[in-house]
Amino acid sequence: MVPLSYYLVLSAVLFACGVAGFLMKRNIITIFMCIELMLNGVNLAFVAFAAHWHRLSGQVFVFFVMVVAAAEAAVGLAIIISVFRTRETLNVDRVNLLKL
Amino acid sequence: MLHLALFSFFGAICVAGAINLLAQRHPINSALSLIVVMGSLAVEFMLLGAEFVAVIQVIIYAGAIMVLFVFTIMLLNAGEEERSAGSRIAVLLGVPALLILMGLVAWVLIRQNPASGTVAAGALPGTPPEIGRLLFRDFLLPFEITSVLILIAIMGAVVLARKEH
Repeated sequence: MVPLSYYLVLSAVLFACGVAGFLMKRNIITIFMCIELMLNGVNLAFVAFAAHWHRLSGQVFVFFVMVVAAAEAAVGLAIIISVFRTRETLNVDRVNLLKL
Repeated sequence: MLHLALFSFFGAICVAGAINLLAQRHPINSALSLIVVMGSLAVEFMLLGAEFVAVIQVIIYAGAIMVLFVFTIMLLNAGEEERSAGSRIAVLLGVPALLILMGLVAWVLIRQNPASGTVAAGALPGTPPEIGRLLFRDFLLPFEITSVLILIAIMGAVVLARKEH
């Protein structure tokens, strides 16, 4: 028997690591990976609450989060490829103009 | 007891992977540590009895999405990231602030224990038939909407990544 709060703390730690990476990292692909890390932390909280309250809907929501993450990864990586094609850099500090 | 031991072991691997993701400077190393995080999270899901979620975590996340990431990193030949003045300030101020925030959150969660309960291993059997029944009956409309979302995402990715003539 593990207290529910332990699962929530683990999920919060993962989410915080994702936020920290999102703010500290300068490589656009790594920033994108940090977003995935945040989504994973949230998924753990969903599943822990689903198990605690005996409701399967929490697991169905995790499924939806994963589908949205997959769609986001496909579109986001396509955007990264087109940014790299026009600017020849992956550093977000150099991608600060809307205009070329 | 065994449940707690397994939870702590894989939770520690999970957090170590997340911290390694932040510490590494080459994106391919970060991607590999993210796979470690996802793999150990799949074990945590399995401990909670969510077998279906654990399996799709490995197949979709650690499989499909991370392959896409690694493929993009190799395609763009991404090198080590450069440090700027801003990122140095972010590390100096952000890491202590993050540790304080995490300590507070953990303290509040353990003190209050929102639902004041424990979770037994496999408390809720999340087998595919039950999930499927829920997904195709109660969540039918969201399910159909996500299929449209996926279709739009595929078309968007093709349009965005296409070479302009």
